[in-house]
Amino acid sequence: MFESLSDGLQSAFKSIRGKGKLTEANMRDGLQMVEQAMLEADVSYQVVQDFMAKVTQAAMGQKVLLSLRPHEELVRIVHQELIEILGPVDVSIPIKAGQVTVLMLCGLQGAGKTTTCGKLSQLLKEQKASPFLVAADLQRPAAIQQLHTLGEQLGVPVYSDLNEQDPVKVCRAGVAKAKEQGANVVILDTAGRLAIDDELMKQLCEIDKKIGPDQVYLVVDGMTGQDAVNSASAFNSALELDGVIMTKLDGDARGGALLSVKHVTQVPVKFIGTGEHLDALEAFRPEGMAGRILEMGDIVAVAQEA
Amino acid sequence: EKTSRALNTDIRDLWKSDGELVNDEFLKKLFAVLVKSDMGGKMATQIRDRIGADFRARKVQFAEVLQTISEEIQTTLEQGGTAIQLAESGPTVILVVGVNGSGKTTSIAKLAYKFTQEGHRVLLGAGDTFRAAAVEQLTVWSERIGCDIVKGQQGADPGTVAFQASLKARDENYDVCIIDTAGRLQTQSNLMQELDKIRRVIAKHIPEAPHEVLLVLDATAGQNAISQARGFSAAAGCTGIVLAKIDGSAKGGVIIPIRQEFDLPVKLVGLGEKLEDLAVFDPQAFATALLDWRD
Ligand SMILES: Nc1nc2c(ncn2[C@@H]2O[C@H](COP(=O)(O)OP(=O)(O)OP(=O)(O)O)[C@@H](O)[C@H]2O)c(=O)[nH]1
Ligand SMILES: Nc1nc2c(ncn2[C@@H]2O[C@H](COP(=O)(O)OP(=O)(O)OP(=O)(O)O)[C@@H](O)[C@H]2O)c(=O)[nH]1
Ligand SMILES: [Mg+2]
Ligand SMILES: [Mg+2]
Repeated sequence: MFESLSDGLQSAFKSIRGKGKLTEANMRDGLQMVEQAMLEADVSYQVVQDFMAKVTQAAMGQKVLLSLRPHEELVRIVHQELIEILGPVDVSIPIKAGQVTVLMLCGLQGAGKTTTCGKLSQLLKEQKASPFLVAADLQRPAAIQQLHTLGEQLGVPVYSDLNEQDPVKVCRAGVAKAKEQGANVVILDTAGRLAIDDELMKQLCEIDKKIGPDQVYLVVDGMTGQDAVNSASAFNSALELDGVIMTKLDGDARGGALLSVKHVTQVPVKFIGTGEHLDALEAFRPEGMAGRILEMGDIVAVAQEA
Repeated sequence: EKTSRALNTDIRDLWKSDGELVNDEFLKKLFAVLVKSDMGGKMATQIRDRIGADFRARKVQFAEVLQTISEEIQTTLEQGGTAIQLAESGPTVILVVGVNGSGKTTSIAKLAYKFTQEGHRVLLGAGDTFRAAAVEQLTVWSERIGCDIVKGQQGADPGTVAFQASLKARDENYDVCIIDTAGRLQTQSNLMQELDKIRRVIAKHIPEAPHEVLLVLDATAGQNAISQARGFSAAAGCTGIVLAKIDGSAKGGVIIPIRQEFDLPVKLVGLGEKLEDLAVFDPQAFATALLDWRD
């Protein structure tokens, strides 16, 4: 799976092959390569530093078995640490028996919130729940229409109020309507907002406080770079997050921002989005994500030139 | 405005400290600032190592070193011809492409607004026939701006919409025709080929069109934006970049490696969700904000 990282490290370790123990000195080049790979995968700088300290710690003093070459040992340790950080796994959507469960999705503009509302509805339907969508994005042109279109495609009811300016009121009325209609999971689609937009962040807190959703999920674009720490911190301090969903992982983005988000929020990663269609939602698996982040590409070429 | 405010503070702060010794710690701090801008580990390593080689064991101002780097980045990003290419006669056709959710439709609205304000007659082509309510989204914008729009049905062939829009633009003497496309990832080869088809369809009515193919990048994007620039340039022959969402805390530094690898000038930047929130790219303000190290 990580052939390229493995190859790169192999040349870095050429000089010490078969020499007993891993030390900070004999691992230096290898560790640098790992660090570079993490940065190219968009893991945020601070998180990379922490991660490298952990990996170094875990690797130091490890006896390199004769049968196992040192680079393989380091790859194993890096992979293991990554899986550990990305876990623990909890991909359930807790649903209250006999009551209405409210889920709220939030995130930056264009992250994939509305689409993910549709995908979650589809998943819940498959699990024999009865989802209900609420159009609480009163900002973006045709956001309400977008959710209605998805609702129609899925056969899931959608509540909206074109004349209302206050998202809190829309959410409250939506939840009431859902109860009336006998739905058991309400999903609130909120407007995209920048983490530094105080006014809109305050508005989100209001929805959170007044509606009290059972689960709040942060939707993060899989192509996000270093800023992931900043935005995740802001959403995390404004709201009590319960889970993370990373979208757009059907392309070639390495998705290292997920490590940053996980580091900041410490909440479980629930799902990954792997396409625009409403069935393109997968339960999160740390092993798969670790492998993806470690793909090394250019680093190998650099190592070979050296 | 945000960027120019940063610029003033930088200059004022510049001579305050006693200076720092360029050692491993200094270089580490420098590296962190560079990496956090999203310029990429490789480029950050290059710059750090060069500063190390030039200044090691000397006392310098951290801000001054950043200023030097910032000026260099500015020079790299400075580019001739960032203006939108207008047709010598007949309508100017602008095709807008990019990954999902980067800011294409909103940028089109802003651009249409700008041209309308300047007295041009603008026609929009709602070429995203795929995403739920994409046509309605562009329609809302066209109504707010007061410009015309050509629409197809949801699920219609985007090539047909592009065909009709460019035909109408030519026959009815519009000045500018801007065509929206559905978001797509650069790895989806059939969807990338569709962009080429749209291009060819447009050229049927107006041989030198599209005059511009703008790639909209999200400023929060990391290193994947390099792959986006590569993929979209190859498939759609991009002529420039619109860097959307730079009003957030993301720095958008990935345009530096993109600039070095491809001949793709950043023409415009998106500064918000409103029609006025579009500006011409300013390398100086950008580079200064990029290395604003005080978090
Ligand atoms: N390729 C791909 N595209 C996705 C995925 N999830 C969402 N999208 C697309 O990303 C774009 C933005 O999605 P939306 O659901 O509108 O995003 P949003 O967060 O609701 O956007 P705002 O409401 O404007 O903040 C659309 O083109 C979606 O089709 C995914 O997992 N993969
Ligand atoms: N803050 C900010 N938000 C922006 C900017 N440009 C676009 N947006 C927002 O980003 C989200 C996505 O914008 P769209 O214009 O729909 O993006 P798109 O590329 O057309 O999306 P798809 O058609 O789904 O691929 C919307 O919520 C916009 O309001 C910008 O410059 N700043
Ligand atoms: Mg939305
Ligand atoms: Mg669009």
